[in-house]
Amino acid sequence: MTAAQGKAADGKTIQTVVRTAMRRCGTGRDALLAVLIHVQRHMGHLPDEAIAAVATAMRLTHGEVAGVVSFYAFFHQEPFGLYDCRLADNIIERHAGNAAVQERLGTLLKGGLGTLSTTSCIGLSDQAPGALIDGAPIPSLKDDRLEQVVHLMEKEIPVARWPGSLSRVKPNVRRADRILQQQAWQGEALRQAMTQGAAAFLEELELSGLRGMGGAGFPTARKWHSVREAAVTERVVVCNADEGEPGTFKDRVLLQRHAAALFEGMTICGWCVGARHGFVYLRGEYRYLLPILQRKLAARRRAGLLGQGILGVQGFDFDIQIRLGAGAYVCGEESALLESLEGKRGVPRPRPPYPVEAGFQALPTVVNNVETLSAACLVAVHGGAWYAAVGTAASRGTKLFSVSGDCSRPGVYELPMGTPLQELLQLAGAHRTQAVQMGGASGALVAPHDFGEPIAFEALPPGGSVMIFDQSRSISGIVHNFACFFAHESCGFCTPCRVGTRLQRDLVHKFTLGHGDAADLSELKELGLLMGRASHCGLGQSAGRAVGDALQYFPEHFPIASPDAFVQLETALEQARALRQAGGHTP
Amino acid sequence: MPKARLATVSLAGCFGCHMSLLDLDEALFELAELVEVDRSPLTDIRTMNDCDIGFIEGGCANEDNVHVARLFRKKCRLVCAVGACAVTGGIPALRNNIPLAELLATSYLQDVVDPGIPNDPELPMLLDKVYPIHEVIRVDHTLPGCPPSAQAIALFVKQLLAHEPVSLPYKELHYD
Amino acid sequence: MRFVIDGMTIEAQAGDTILTACRRAGYYIPHLCFHGDLPAQGNCRLCLVESKGRLLPSCLTKVTDGMEVASATEQLHTLRLRLTQMLFVEGNHICPSCEASGNCMLQALGYRLGLLDNHYPQFFPRRPLDASHPQMILDFNRCIQCQLCVRASDQLDQKHAFVVAGRGGEAHITASSSNGQLGSTSFAATDHAAGICPVGVFLGKGVGYVTPIGERRYDRADIAQAGDRNA
Ligand SMILES: Cc1cc2nc3c(=O)[nH]c(=O)nc-3n(C[C@H](O)[C@H](O)[C@H](O)COP(=O)(O)O)c2cc1C
Ligand code: SF4
Ligand code: SF4
Ligand code: SF4
Repeated sequence: MTAAQGKAADGKTIQTVVRTAMRRCGTGRDALLAVLIHVQRHMGHLPDEAIAAVATAMRLTHGEVAGVVSFYAFFHQEPFGLYDCRLADNIIERHAGNAAVQERLGTLLKGGLGTLSTTSCIGLSDQAPGALIDGAPIPSLKDDRLEQVVHLMEKEIPVARWPGSLSRVKPNVRRADRILQQQAWQGEALRQAMTQGAAAFLEELELSGLRGMGGAGFPTARKWHSVREAAVTERVVVCNADEGEPGTFKDRVLLQRHAAALFEGMTICGWCVGARHGFVYLRGEYRYLLPILQRKLAARRRAGLLGQGILGVQGFDFDIQIRLGAGAYVCGEESALLESLEGKRGVPRPRPPYPVEAGFQALPTVVNNVETLSAACLVAVHGGAWYAAVGTAASRGTKLFSVSGDCSRPGVYELPMGTPLQELLQLAGAHRTQAVQMGGASGALVAPHDFGEPIAFEALPPGGSVMIFDQSRSISGIVHNFACFFAHESCGFCTPCRVGTRLQRDLVHKFTLGHGDAADLSELKELGLLMGRASHCGLGQSAGRAVGDALQYFPEHFPIASPDAFVQLETALEQARALRQAGGHTP
Repeated sequence: MPKARLATVSLAGCFGCHMSLLDLDEALFELAELVEVDRSPLTDIRTMNDCDIGFIEGGCANEDNVHVARLFRKKCRLVCAVGACAVTGGIPALRNNIPLAELLATSYLQDVVDPGIPNDPELPMLLDKVYPIHEVIRVDHTLPGCPPSAQAIALFVKQLLAHEPVSLPYKELHYD
Repeated sequence: MRFVIDGMTIEAQAGDTILTACRRAGYYIPHLCFHGDLPAQGNCRLCLVESKGRLLPSCLTKVTDGMEVASATEQLHTLRLRLTQMLFVEGNHICPSCEASGNCMLQALGYRLGLLDNHYPQFFPRRPLDASHPQMILDFNRCIQCQLCVRASDQLDQKHAFVVAGRGGEAHITASSSNGQLGSTSFAATDHAAGICPVGVFLGKGVGYVTPIGERRYDRADIAQAGDRNA
């Protein structure tokens, strides 16, 4: 998909491409992101002329469009050649040896064949190292498979014609329980909920103790209730399928294999709260899932499960649109997600108002994680008491865990809430485990003395990601990877996070080089607290957490250098030395 | 009470802070009662004893500056960054976002008579950028200002000698 | 409606935020990204105050009757000092050569907080100068990303002359034209946006350093008394 200047690959003018995009995606302000994605897909990149054409057609200022383009990592203004290769670079991928891939593909793609860039996590940590090549997921990029890719690229064969085996993503479901054993609901769960009536169903939901699976653990019934009670006529249901937390991939498995449960759950929510519009905000990295999801939606419309008069009930109208993200972790934060859904830069909103009061286009909006919405079907079918029978007092039911890293059986595990971490480690075949990062980069770094703790909202955070590190791994290296991630993903809105994440990254880096001194150590601690207390949104608030845990539980990994070591004189003199060696540098 | 030993140096600065110190005029006598000046451009003493206080004017622009700053850290109980350049890099740091080669070419090669970048091995090599002192060594106290006024310097010294926290009246605290 | 801040009772009107009520009552809470003519946004975080153990941006938090708020605490002082230092190291603030010196809210806040150093390593970013406009130069070296110019041009001037571009550390303000130059927008030196910058980004061409040192706004008085430069 290379583009000659001003023209799409098929020779269409930019204006035609933009017009087509608007016909497909809509003409309103909220369609901007979708239009840009479409245009880039057809042009290969977004040159200034494309930005200008979109601005003119959508009646926006150039800067407004350029501001959106420059916010999202998946937009590029430069052509990328034949292959757009995005290598996953989270700590698991690094431990799996992505440096070798980087070197191999980097050399190959240099000189115009393509562009190699890195991105944190593409939801394939259980089959690392992985990459997205022209949007196609290529897991387990090593040995024969890597050579196969190299071979295809050397022959300049388009990704669309690569053997399907290369982009086959294994579900790796290691333990399935209620959520993963659900059937592909075709209205059965919805009907069950409807026979109860909305008020009674909400009571069941309350009784179930279902809490948000996206990280924060907010009681789902309370959220739905607030939106239902709002004194308006329009409400919205949004599924958060941004799954951006490094090391998470359980939502990918749900979308791949259990989309029916998600769509049914969203429809139940729509019916319950009185919404007519549903959105799935699908991270750009999962674009390859779009065609099958669209097909399933279409089938549900044909079956009368979406659209007007659902299940033949007059006035029960609800439909679901899928909107793509474009590479911004912060867009998983619900209010940033809503901004992004409205086609804007994904900057988190001030709260209050909360999405349940003023969400998508200021309408009361339920935002729930993929897993939360899927689990709602279980409550509809089996009732709240059944759901609540498993788990701990504060964390009911089962939970999906994306397990990756140093273990012999990485993949998705569905376990009752409250399962001790130790048990999960055993199931996964982890040995000589040094530390476990629970809940992704924003979660907690857990040391062995806490492995016996249960995984639950009230104990070890049950966010989807469980990254396992054995004794061979460098703790400072691990948290440095997280610190880089936050510095890269900060939206830049507020001072403590915009500046603090970069300061933190550089300070941790010093320790990875063995140059950190005692003052740096206390600075890191202070910085973590400051970002935690002063940041505008959850990203900045949790950016110092893993580093803080590492300092607390693994102090021996942060040896103190003498204070003198902290300006690296040799590095600072490199430029001058090179000049001097070039000799005289007279003209 | 024995006098405190004070060392001072101007690194990548303009000597303005030292001038400001001299601006104390007759109050210098009062200061001389309190401190004995060790290594300093004011005394022209080049060797250095162990000192109580070291004042550094200017940031670190070259290799030599770094060695001097480190020496001050070793020899002085309290190291103080004095003046805007020592505290933030100041005017010399205007070069900091320009690569060295580009910088030197602009200064010594373009539009000058007899172009040529000085390259005598005796010249200390330039650092990639001008560093504020606190990025080179740990600093105990700072006194901003371009330059800090004579009164501010005098007050600063008195507070240091009295082991009081440094605190300047509103009129004496400025960054320009 | 009344509430208590630092032990003082302040009268508030319905809909007031903590900051607006305090400003009306003449009680100073540090702030940089707030301006009375524009909706608050809460990004500089300097106006954080404490209530029931939580930090809240006072520019966004509505007063509730009887609420108790603390602003002048040791802890908040340190926090504001650090945030101010972050803003200093993030840009290139060379006050001795800056036209806004003595008249700059960032600097004035530093004075008020007793800021003696920048504490953190400096970023020394490479930032552009935009001299394309006939009446004004923009020196983004000093931009603190308060977004006031963006909001003023959008909401007070209806010109949309500025936007935020980039993300995270790359986030920056730029003119909204296709070449990114101010000269290609409809911006005029008489716009609200021209006078709203709390620091020294907007420089009028042909004038400069008019007020002698010693007589500038914050030479004479602390920002709490002298008020906002952009008020
Ligand atoms: C920086 C950040 C990233 C987040 N990313 C996600 C995400 O990828 N998926 C998700 O479901 N929730 C994410 N969340 C949590 C959402 O803000 C929100 O709480 C969640 O979507 C609510 O759904 P739930 O109640 O079903 O968990 C994120 C939060 C923050 C602060
Ligand atoms: S905390 Fe970070 S991501 Fe969140 S609003 Fe602030 S800058 Fe943006
Ligand atoms: S904008 Fe303010 S803080 Fe920045 S250099 Fe100018 S006077 Fe100093
Ligand atoms: S230019 Fe000035 S007003 Fe605009 S964002 Fe930067 S600091 Fe704020």
